Amino acid sequence: MNREHVDILIIGAGPAGLAAAIAAREDGIESLLVLEREASPGGILRQCIHNGFGLHRFKEELTGPEYAQRDIDRALELGIPIECGTTVLSVSPDRVVTCVSQARGLRFIEAGAVILAMGCRERPRGALCTPGTRCAGIYSAGTAQRFVNLEGFMPGQKVVILGSGDIGLIMARRMTLQGAKVLACVEIMPFSSGLNRNIVQCLNDYDIPLYLSHTVTNISGRERLESVTVAAVDEHRRPIPGTEMVFECDTLLLSVGLIPENELSEGAGVRISPATSGAVVTDTFETSVPGIFACGNVLHVHDLVDFVSDESFRAGHAAAAFIRSSAAPSAWIDVMDGNGVRGTVPQKIQTNPAQPVQIMFRPSAVFRNASAVISCGKKELLRRKAMIFTPGEMVACTLKPEAFEGLDGSEPIRVAIEEKPQEQR
Amino acid sequence: MQNTDILIIGGGVVGCALARELSRYTAAVDVLERGWDLAEGASKANSGIVHAGYDAVPGSLKAKYNVEGANLYPSLCAQLGVPYRQCGALVVGFSEEDRTVLQELLERGIANGVPGLRIIERDEALSLEPNLNPEVCCALLVPTSGIVSPYELTFALADDAALNGVSFHFGAEVKSVARNADGSFLVKTDREEWTCSVLVNCAGSSSAELHNQLCPEKKKIIHRRGQYYLLDRPARLPFERTIFQCPSSMGKGVLVSPTVHGNVLLGPSAEDIADPLDTETTQTGLDFVLDRVRLTWPGVSVRTNITNFSGIRAHEEGGDFIIGAVPGCPGAYETVGIESPGLSSAPAIGRALSRIIANDRSLARKERTVPFPVPAIPFREMTPAQREQALKENPLYGNIICRCEVVTEAEIVAAAHRPVPARSIDAVKRRTRAGMGRCQGGFCSPRVAAILSRETGIPLLEITKNGGDSYLLTGTLTEKAERRKHS
Repeated sequence: MNREHVDILIIGAGPAGLAAAIAAREDGIESLLVLEREASPGGILRQCIHNGFGLHRFKEELTGPEYAQRDIDRALELGIPIECGTTVLSVSPDRVVTCVSQARGLRFIEAGAVILAMGCRERPRGALCTPGTRCAGIYSAGTAQRFVNLEGFMPGQKVVILGSGDIGLIMARRMTLQGAKVLACVEIMPFSSGLNRNIVQCLNDYDIPLYLSHTVTNISGRERLESVTVAAVDEHRRPIPGTEMVFECDTLLLSVGLIPENELSEGAGVRISPATSGAVVTDTFETSVPGIFACGNVLHVHDLVDFVSDESFRAGHAAAAFIRSSAAPSAWIDVMDGNGVRGTVPQKIQTNPAQPVQIMFRPSAVFRNASAVISCGKKELLRRKAMIFTPGEMVACTLKPEAFEGLDGSEPIRVAIEEKPQEQR
Repeated sequence: MQNTDILIIGGGVVGCALARELSRYTAAVDVLERGWDLAEGASKANSGIVHAGYDAVPGSLKAKYNVEGANLYPSLCAQLGVPYRQCGALVVGFSEEDRTVLQELLERGIANGVPGLRIIERDEALSLEPNLNPEVCCALLVPTSGIVSPYELTFALADDAALNGVSFHFGAEVKSVARNADGSFLVKTDREEWTCSVLVNCAGSSSAELHNQLCPEKKKIIHRRGQYYLLDRPARLPFERTIFQCPSSMGKGVLVSPTVHGNVLLGPSAEDIADPLDTETTQTGLDFVLDRVRLTWPGVSVRTNITNFSGIRAHEEGGDFIIGAVPGCPGAYETVGIESPGLSSAPAIGRALSRIIANDRSLARKERTVPFPVPAIPFREMTPAQREQALKENPLYGNIICRCEVVTEAEIVAAAHRPVPARSIDAVKRRTRAGMGRCQGGFCSPRVAAILSRETGIPLLEITKNGGDSYLLTGTLTEKAERRKHS
């Protein structure tokens, strides 16, 4: 079978893929291809018609489509080929990408480097094992958002939202503005996993009650959803008998977490971190398979697209450097999650990085008046105080190359939060 | 008033197997189904096991039809393109009492004519299935036990029947049955009246009610609900075979089994309930399943759970199948109490009952039947060369609609145009696997709805998850978003 060849192949034309492609092209990589399964580029931003994007990167407030369009315009200006309607079926460990499209059929493309930028998907009801009936009217928040914002249909009129992820909060406001009644937002944890600004602007402003430490314990309705039962949970997240409330509703939206979409990565033999559900990567975003890079929400789920773009530019530059030079670093320092920290990225840093290294992680609980501490053995590389650390907001710390002087990889770098967790009520 | 020769009540696996067999005779055959698709009752929600036949009491109808049916499976499924695999099974024992039960099963199996049965000891069991609880002491090895996709079998049987002239009618719940003066039957549903000279009761959970309308000798069905977990396809199956625990009076116990699609199935629970349509899952039921599964598989985790579901077994008080002519009611035939091993038995039940009916009514075999088309290989299972060929013939194979299960637009279009066509999101799901994967339709359901609407002419607002009132959408953004009107 015929094989094509490109220097860098990027899977996904969402914000991550676009930024990676732009960076690689700006570094002079001519042979470049972006594959996108949707009919047009932009990824999930296409359906995020609310504002609030780009405050960090562009210092202005954009909608999702506006934010995406800036990268699409730049990619087109640079002549980057983006092939839409094309689904990647597999990536081999030696970087042969098999893809298919209605227009061009089945193709096999050898790539000098592959950048994984497939984004993430929403956790469905099954992942929660919520009992009840299997009626219509249960949607992930993103699916409902697609129906409303891209297709112009309302998925329901009386809505309960399970989970306080950002998409759920945004949809609480969106459904309300379209005339639906949002009865409640229910969160099993004692804190929201969404951004504080979304709690204020999407729930509080519309008098939508947020039930923390509550969950949905039953789903009723033979054909279309008729009601859900909500109960308070104890500290082990088990429902407390006697606290049940029944909400009559025709729609349940789930905003219960995002999962990096790594089936292709796993097929390529890329090692996946149980903490992030994304690839284990180095400080240059290279996975455990040489020449395969990962960035954006397929690597770890971000809060803000600005940070996805920033990370993906760096991944694109790194992939370009990989194409140009065969010199691989010889010594590595492992990076470990310490107390109060989950899912640190990257998991490996070269002993003498040429560029500043950004370390990102999520607090595993709410901490007040605490410090993020990055250390290696007895050497403290960075300490940052904050009024509050919460799982809903990713922490990013940048270490200059000088910070790594004297480290030889014999001891791991540990990322931790110093302080005791407190419950936020 | 509609008229037919043979009216089958129930579009489950038994009704469809019978319809297919009867379609070979010169008689008009119609099937009435309460649900909005085939296999809406026990046929879609069971363990999907083709039992070898060691469990049923020798001499019972369960034993007879199980063994006969299981023997028909390999060729039937190959012909109809239905996923089926003889993966084998172990019935595991943890004590000397269990060993006695296994010995009894072995003897029954031998009496029923099941080949290859053998009791194995702990070490052999653990070498065959390393994830088994190491406390296992012995096991019955059942090499001929199989797995099948029960609803896909039902669809294929119905398609074959439809190609040969059988008509299927949905949303047709039988309200009453009476005898006309000429000896024919008058059957009333919500919307229609039918007359037929032969009436066949394949009504599953409602089969006793229907029987009792036709026969003074009453039957009673106990509705026994079984709840399940369905786990995502693991990179490596935890068990190669179906693993049963020792059976009890409530059924064959909780099993762990691979499915034909590479998922892992855990269940069922067994609880007697009043309402045969009450297929909800409960925390108690799911907890029970998980608790029992740990005995077989101590390392079980439901972190990769895709969905939970439940199905209702139609347990007749007498404990055996009731198959044949309804006593004292000429022209009426029945299949009552078709619980496990009903799926395994269905092909044999269909064959046997069709012969009884044909003989009684002197039906002639048709000179020609419409051959079943060569089943299309699913895109996800094609070799690269097969994919290239398929794409050449139909470029819609290039449009992947369900990313989790790799289902293409070509396959969804085909499902909407099968002899018994898909008319809902779930109907497409069960025929193509679009939406069966780990994202549970989050990605593909809007796309499937749009394709279904385009192919069938059903407006998008009228597309349902599973027929009836299970509508997906309540209105458009531009109109005042009142709840949509239904036909």
